[in-house]
Amino acid sequence: MASTRTGSEPLRIAGRELSSRLLLGTGGFPSLELLAEAIRASGSELVTVALRRVDPNAQGSLIDTIDREGVEVLPNTAGCFTARDAVITAKLAREAFETNWVKLEVIGDEDTLLPDAPELLKAAEQLVDEGFVVLPYTTDDPVLARRLVDVGCAAVMPLGAPIGSGMGIRNPYNIALIRESVEAPVVLDAGIGTASDVALAMELGCDAVMVASAISRAQDPVAMAAAMRAAVEAGRLAHGAGRIPRKTYATPSTPVAGTPDFS
Amino acid sequence: MIVLNGERREHGAGEAVAALVQSLGLGAQPRGVAVAVDGEVVPRAAWQTYAIPDGARVEVLTAMQGG
Repeated sequence: MASTRTGSEPLRIAGRELSSRLLLGTGGFPSLELLAEAIRASGSELVTVALRRVDPNAQGSLIDTIDREGVEVLPNTAGCFTARDAVITAKLAREAFETNWVKLEVIGDEDTLLPDAPELLKAAEQLVDEGFVVLPYTTDDPVLARRLVDVGCAAVMPLGAPIGSGMGIRNPYNIALIRESVEAPVVLDAGIGTASDVALAMELGCDAVMVASAISRAQDPVAMAAAMRAAVEAGRLAHGAGRIPRKTYATPSTPVAGTPDFS
Repeated sequence: MIVLNGERREHGAGEAVAALVQSLGLGAQPRGVAVAVDGEVVPRAAWQTYAIPDGARVEVLTAMQGG
């Protein structure tokens, strides 16, 4: 019970233990200095990066910044629209970063950036077969989440709302259903706007939360990183503590017995 | 001639992937860099020996900030 009370038990994914349950996306930070400060403030041990064409005019090295902070890289396949492109991108990321972990994104269209379910499942299956530790970015569909775990994904990353929308968790019932329906860790990904969204995800039973834009595009990204860290811990503790049921009418918190009569 | 990251570029016959990567100022075995030729991954261990064929489409990729 001690670890439940302190919320300190580590997150386990594919045999790796992470003491922080906050995953940080590196996209959108105005500078690498600010990213480094936000990594420290967030306490995150796992940060996502994308793979893009080498830019000869790039200022500073992202990978050096991440290495300096001593955190692990989780490559993503952002920008891939087909299983084929996502599989090639994952293999390139494995070469580049010497990790077989991948945050699998297969996107259906540019306006919503919602996952393309059939292509996602196909890519997940191929990458698991190739020995990857696959963490798929998926919809909040409990059936698809179960299918992804069935083909061997190490965790599932359902969305709260579309990427970058800051709309929070649009269907908390589905997120709770996903948590009930799979054994693998559930990492809420996308849609987070502020700290209360993160706390809700953890209260719903999610094992971790991934945040990118809500930190990197906040007016003060470092302060928001600290807020998200506290929210993960608060939500985790509240989930373990067990909330009271919702009721329409009041229940006095002060005993009625012994109330004086002034009539 | 090859197409490097979407742009045409002169290419010496038999030039290896390693030489191309170095010509981009990335060092000999830069961490965080990966190479694909004609849609196939070239493993790091093969960079010294893999000769890029004329007309190949080459992608040299690295870490970028992303969610």
